[in-house]
Amino acid sequence: MSSVTQIAPTPVAPAATRPRARKRLRKAGWNVLGLLVLAVMIFPVFWMISTAFKPGRDILSYTPQWIPLHPVLSNFTDAIHQQFFWNAVKNSVIVTSVVVVLSLVLAFLAALALAKFSFYGRKPFIVVILGVQMVPLAALIIPLYIMMSRVHQVDKLSGVIVMYLTFVLPFAVWTLRGFLLGVPKELEESAMVDGATRFGAFVRILLPLLGPGLVATAIFAFIQAWNEFIIAYVFLHTPEKQTLMVWLASFTTLRGTDWGPLMAGATLCSLPVIIFFVLVQRKIAFGLTAGAVKG
Amino acid sequence: MSRLAPEGAAVASVAESGVIPASRRRRFSRRRLGQATAPYVLLTPAAAVIGVVLAYPLYLLVKMSFQKYGLFELIRHQGRWVGTANYASIFHDSEFWRVVLRTLVFTTVCVSLTMVLGTAIALLLLQVSRWVRIALTTGLVLVWAVPVIVAVNIWRFMVDYQFGVANWTLSKLHIGNFVRHDWFANPWSGFAVFTGLIVWGAIPFITITVYAALAQVPRELLEAAAIDGARPWAIFREVTLPLLKPIFVILTSLSIIWDFQVFQQIWVMLDSRPSSDYYTMAIYAFHQSFQISEYGLGAAIAVVMVIFMFAATLFYLRQMLRTGEVH
Repeated sequence: MSSVTQIAPTPVAPAATRPRARKRLRKAGWNVLGLLVLAVMIFPVFWMISTAFKPGRDILSYTPQWIPLHPVLSNFTDAIHQQFFWNAVKNSVIVTSVVVVLSLVLAFLAALALAKFSFYGRKPFIVVILGVQMVPLAALIIPLYIMMSRVHQVDKLSGVIVMYLTFVLPFAVWTLRGFLLGVPKELEESAMVDGATRFGAFVRILLPLLGPGLVATAIFAFIQAWNEFIIAYVFLHTPEKQTLMVWLASFTTLRGTDWGPLMAGATLCSLPVIIFFVLVQRKIAFGLTAGAVKG
Repeated sequence: MSRLAPEGAAVASVAESGVIPASRRRRFSRRRLGQATAPYVLLTPAAAVIGVVLAYPLYLLVKMSFQKYGLFELIRHQGRWVGTANYASIFHDSEFWRVVLRTLVFTTVCVSLTMVLGTAIALLLLQVSRWVRIALTTGLVLVWAVPVIVAVNIWRFMVDYQFGVANWTLSKLHIGNFVRHDWFANPWSGFAVFTGLIVWGAIPFITITVYAALAQVPRELLEAAAIDGARPWAIFREVTLPLLKPIFVILTSLSIIWDFQVFQQIWVMLDSRPSSDYYTMAIYAFHQSFQISEYGLGAAIAVVMVIFMFAATLFYLRQMLRTGEVH
C-alpha cells in the first residue's frame, strides 16, 4: 500500500474526484470569462442609463461616479422640453406605423405569390429581392435625392415613408415566404375539402399559423423605420418634420454638449426598440440560420 | 364504345360534340387564366415600389455619373452629358485613392475583428453555465437593440476629452497619460474609436446567429470526433467549421457590406463636419454631392462603391440561393 502512494506524483485527492474538480474549476474559469465579456459589452448601455439619472455636477466630475448616488429626473424633463421633441416623436410614430402596415400588406401579397405559385420569372424575382438588400444606401442617396426633388417629395414624410418601405420590403418578403413554405399544403386543402372557401381557409388556417412570421416582420419594419438616420437626415430639412434620430443627432448643436439630457434623450429614443427587440430576437436569428446547417 | 373509358375522355368527347353549355366552358378557361395571372397581380405592388425606389435610382446613378450635375442642373432637372470626365477626374485625384485605401483597410479590420470576436463569444456561450449564458445573451440582445445614433452618442460621451470615462480608466491603469486626451486629433486613434464602436455594435448579431447555428450541429458528430481522440481545436476546425461555412459566408459578406458603407457613425460623432482625414467612400461621395454640389462626381464615386460591393454580394447571393431552398 505505502509503495503505491509513493509512486503517485500528487497524493492529494482521491483519483476519482480529481478530474471532476478540475472540470468544475475549468467551468468556473469560463463563467468568469463570460461575465467579463458581459460587463464589457453592457458597459456603454449601463453608462447611458446611469448618466441619465445623475445630476449635472456628478456628470461633470473628473473622477467618474459609477452609480447615480443622488438620482434625479431633471435630465429627462430637460430632454422632453427640448425644442421639437414632441414633433419628432409624432413624426417617428407616423412614419413607423405607416411603414409597418404597408410593408406587411405588400410583403404578404408578394410572399404569397412566391411561396404558393410557380410561375415564369419567379427565380429572377427572388434573386432581385436578395440582391437589392445589398445595394449600398449611401450610394443611392444621391439619385434618390434628385428623383425625390423632381416629384416634390423632399422634406415630406410621405417621401421618407416610400423609401423606408423599399428598404424593408425585401427582407419582409423573404421572411414571410419562409413562413408560408412552412405551412403544409394538406392543411389548407383539407379545410377546403371540408367545405371552406379559399378565403375561409386562408383566414382560419393560414393566418393563425403565420402569426409569428407576421409579428417578426412587423417588428423588423418597426426597428428599421425607427432607427433609420441617413435618409431622414438628408430629406427632412425643417426641424418640425424631423424624426427622433435626427433630433437626437442634432441635440448637441442646439445647446452645446449637455451630457445629462443627451443621455436621457438617448435612453428615451431606444426604449421602444429595446422592448420590441427582446420580444423578437430569437426569431430573427433562427430565421436566418434555419436550414443553413445540414448534418 | 368502351365502358372502361376514363371519365376525362368521356367529358372531352362530350365537349367536342358541343353538348357542354358555352358558359361553363368559359368559366373553365377564366379560372385557368386567373391561376396564371394571380402571382403577377400579387407581386405587382411590391415590385412597383422596389422598381421605383431602387431600380430607377440605380439607373439614374449610373446615368448621372456620366453627367455634369451641379446646382444649376439640379434646378433645371437636367444633367449635361460629359462622358467619362467624372471618372477621369476621380481616378486622377490622389485624395480619392487615399479614401479607397482607408475604406478598404477599415472594412478589413472591422470585419475580421467582428467575425473573430463574435465567433469566440459564441463558442464561449457553449462552455459557460446556464445562468451565465442567459445573462450574456440578454446583455447581447440589449446591445443589439441600441439604435446606431444612440450608440454613437454614448461612445462620444465615453471618449470625451474632459469628462470621458475612457481617458480616466486608461490613466488609472497607467497605460499612459490620457488626461484631456483628444481621441480625434489623430485619425489613427480616431479610427480606433470607430472600430471599437462598430465592432461592439456588430458582435451581438454575429454571436447570436453563430450560436444558433452551433446549436444545430449534430452532437453525435462532435462526440464521435472526441471518441476518436481529436482535441477541441481540431474538432472545431475539422467538424464545426465546415458545417458552419454557409453561415460564415453569409455573415462575412453582410458585415463587409455594412462596414464598407460606414457613414453615420463618423458623421454624427464628428458633428457633421469630419475633416478629410476621416473621409470614407460614403462620406466622400456625400461631401462631393451635398456639400459642394458636384452630384455627378459624387455619383461616379458611388458607382465605384457599388462595384466594390458587388463582389461581396455575389458570394452572399450564391450562398443564400444554395441554402435558401430556392428551386
